[in-house]
Amino acid sequence: MIELADRAAQAALGAGASDAEAYASEASEREVRVHGGEVESLTAATERGLGLRAWIGKRVGYAYGTDLGDPGIRVIAGRAVEAARAADEDEFAGPPAPSAEAPAALELRDGSIDSWSAAQVADLALVVEREALAADPRVAGVEQAVYAGSADRVAIASSTGIAGEYESSSCYAYAQVLATGEDGTETGLGFDLGRGPAALDPAAVGREGAARATAMIGAAKPDSRGCPVVLDPTVAASFIGLIGSGLCADAVQRGRSPFAERLGAEMGSEALVLHDDRIDPSGPASSPFDGEGIAGSRTALIDGGTLRSFLFDAYTARRGGTESTGSAGRSGYRSLPRVSTSNLVVATGALGLDRLLAEAAEGVCVTDVAGLHSGVNPVTGVFSVGASGRAIRGGELAEPLREFTIASDLISMLGALRAAGAESRWVPFGGSVNTPPLLIGEMTVAGA
Amino acid sequence: MNDAPLIEPEIAARVLAGALDSGGEFAEVFAERRAAMGMSIDESRIESVQSGAGEGAGVRVIGDRTTYFAHVDGLDPADLERAAAEAASALRGERVEPRPLVAVATTPQPIEIPPGAVPAERKAELLRELDERGRGAGDEVAQVLASYAEARREVTVANSEGLFTGDDRTRTRIAVQVVARRGDAVETGAETLGGHRGFELFEGDPGSIAAEAAGKALTLLDAGPAPAGSMPVVVGGGFGGVLFHEMTGHGLEADHIQKGASVYAGKLGERVAEPLLSAYDDGRMPGEWGSDAIDDEGTPTQKTLVLDQGRVVSYLYDRLRAERDGVASTGNGRRESFRHLPIPRMTNTYIAPGDAEPEAIIAEVEKGFYAASFGGGQVDPATGDFVFGVSEGYLIEGGRVTRPCRGATLIGNCLQALAAIDAVGSDFAMKTGICGKGGQSAPVGTGQGHVRIAAMTVGGTEV
Repeated sequence: MIELADRAAQAALGAGASDAEAYASEASEREVRVHGGEVESLTAATERGLGLRAWIGKRVGYAYGTDLGDPGIRVIAGRAVEAARAADEDEFAGPPAPSAEAPAALELRDGSIDSWSAAQVADLALVVEREALAADPRVAGVEQAVYAGSADRVAIASSTGIAGEYESSSCYAYAQVLATGEDGTETGLGFDLGRGPAALDPAAVGREGAARATAMIGAAKPDSRGCPVVLDPTVAASFIGLIGSGLCADAVQRGRSPFAERLGAEMGSEALVLHDDRIDPSGPASSPFDGEGIAGSRTALIDGGTLRSFLFDAYTARRGGTESTGSAGRSGYRSLPRVSTSNLVVATGALGLDRLLAEAAEGVCVTDVAGLHSGVNPVTGVFSVGASGRAIRGGELAEPLREFTIASDLISMLGALRAAGAESRWVPFGGSVNTPPLLIGEMTVAGA
Repeated sequence: MNDAPLIEPEIAARVLAGALDSGGEFAEVFAERRAAMGMSIDESRIESVQSGAGEGAGVRVIGDRTTYFAHVDGLDPADLERAAAEAASALRGERVEPRPLVAVATTPQPIEIPPGAVPAERKAELLRELDERGRGAGDEVAQVLASYAEARREVTVANSEGLFTGDDRTRTRIAVQVVARRGDAVETGAETLGGHRGFELFEGDPGSIAAEAAGKALTLLDAGPAPAGSMPVVVGGGFGGVLFHEMTGHGLEADHIQKGASVYAGKLGERVAEPLLSAYDDGRMPGEWGSDAIDDEGTPTQKTLVLDQGRVVSYLYDRLRAERDGVASTGNGRRESFRHLPIPRMTNTYIAPGDAEPEAIIAEVEKGFYAASFGGGQVDPATGDFVFGVSEGYLIEGGRVTRPCRGATLIGNCLQALAAIDAVGSDFAMKTGICGKGGQSAPVGTGQGHVRIAAMTVGGTEV
């Protein structure tokens, strides 16, 4: 595939580009959805495409397509050059130069992604559903139990000498479980992720969904007040993802981040230690190099209570007079590379969940949030989102709570962070995040 | 159907025959060609200019209550037949003959000025106009970010029941975000304009959306914290319609209903709201963002009355779920692309205008909250719990809209909130939205006039 990428970059030069970069990707995907003990749908597919970035001096344009024969590539090249002509000049625009160091050698592909048959992965999804149903008599059903896996190959080649290719695989299983009590239906999500189906624990996925759904039976609104809040890892991950977005240099340089003026500033709490780590061997979003071929790295973002660094791609690094942190992300060949987080990793603290709750004493433990895409202002960091979870009374989990909001802003929340828990997990929300539960000293809870 | 199908009927027939080679009750091939173009302006500079094209097809076979689905890039007949064989590979039955294909004509939404024929420089000019109008709205406007997007989707659908049809869809949309700054205070405002239209969409005064977005951001500079607690809430027209989309529309989608994962399951024919409330899903509204001639299974779109004077009168169906309930599809089988299976989705959903004057709806509230516009919303149809992010909100005091509030969220439960709607305004507007469900996004229209909910939880920071 690297040859294809190279040919495409050359085609763009032939079409009038002064520099060009091609990103080619290929994926083979499989998805099984089960319901009521039967396979509801089974999808098998392959996908292949090419994205081409062309520079004409200080102008840049992008085009993509799926017709990868030579005539098709020429069409894409022509469109990329045409797109560059329509753009305005930008003094910082230009192709990335190859990294000085070689990309990390990472084993990102699990053989079971291909070797497991369709029947095996269907069985895996059926086990998820069966375990959820068996976990508790109050489980009324499973709206959906799903397995999805993908084997991917990515190649990047550019006129500046970038040339790289890697393979990876990823999969997940989840269940949306329904439990009924006197007041109606509750839902709970269980999930697991890995590089291949052999790495997943389907029984645990079913049990987690069942436990989360049944825990919500009988939930009521809490009183409106300010109080300590514990965010469980699935919820903490969403907020860490929002913080990560605010630490991306494009948002910072364009004045659209609450962290814009805070590099080197004290965050008011030392409890949060946050890294972006593209080369964590266990990270779902790991890759040897980023979306423009720059070697991946581990970047300290917040450490010792201080904001240490932002994340940069080649463009924002040039604009900021620094080096790329290898943080150009792509959501496939159809998208322009842009600064984004890879794996966000929160360091674990000393307190297990019971001691974290004891520390909170009286408050709320949030196990689910809703409305993040509309309830958070990414420019100011101000948020108010829907939440559900459990009351914390006398330092222990008490009655279930629903239909309330938690509100604060990201900067205040970081300042009020009192402790990170001792046990962390990978969560696919907020990007790809590994985090323990987090204890926030005070947040506004709005309910009854 | 459109003049040139993406695959010839003879090839479609061969693919369908291959899909039913090992049995099955139903087979379908969905072919699609997509061409998209977009650009944005930021820091008064045209950037992120991009264009793309692709085509492909998805083949599905339904047999023994399971859907087998395979999709391929490209429309090469050999690849389509391979996809059919892949989809059929898990079935073990006797070969079934598909019915002979009969072409069904459709009338795509008319497009006066195909955006693909408009020079890129004209689109850049449009963005520069938005930039200037936004910046011209006040000295405190710090940034204007605007984007332009166009996409054309041609589709051909053929199935084993003999249907052979297609559609040709062109959507165009602009969006503006304005950041206003006063000292340390920073606020944002956003507005969009879109439709199932060509470049004629911009013949009026498209720059006005930049002025509106700037107006919201500037207003919010004077905002105080939002209240927290339960109170009467008046929701504004237009994108306020996302209220009904989330509170009721999703819960009426037949896939949720059939799995018992909707609070509206078993409520057909029942009264769930005051008689002043009627609502529709209408995939045929001319030029609207959520309109198409046919859905993505080839069923003609229609205007479906879902709530008739407070009573639930219809769910929203695709073919699969309609067959299960022994009813006809309502033309709501939509898919993001040939890479996705169709599922029941809304098109343009709206609350029909009532007879109350918007001013009167507000004047009757002694102390409450006015949600003039939303940033979006989310619902869990199974529990009915929903949340809306308010992008422009105000206090109502003594029957008057007073100071603006920042950072408010509305939260509640569908059936309670729906039953608490006690006024529907005579004004009406439609807005564009992008709806996400099951990992698929779809263009949807939402609409309403001013609507009042007697009591709802506002989630702010001022306890």
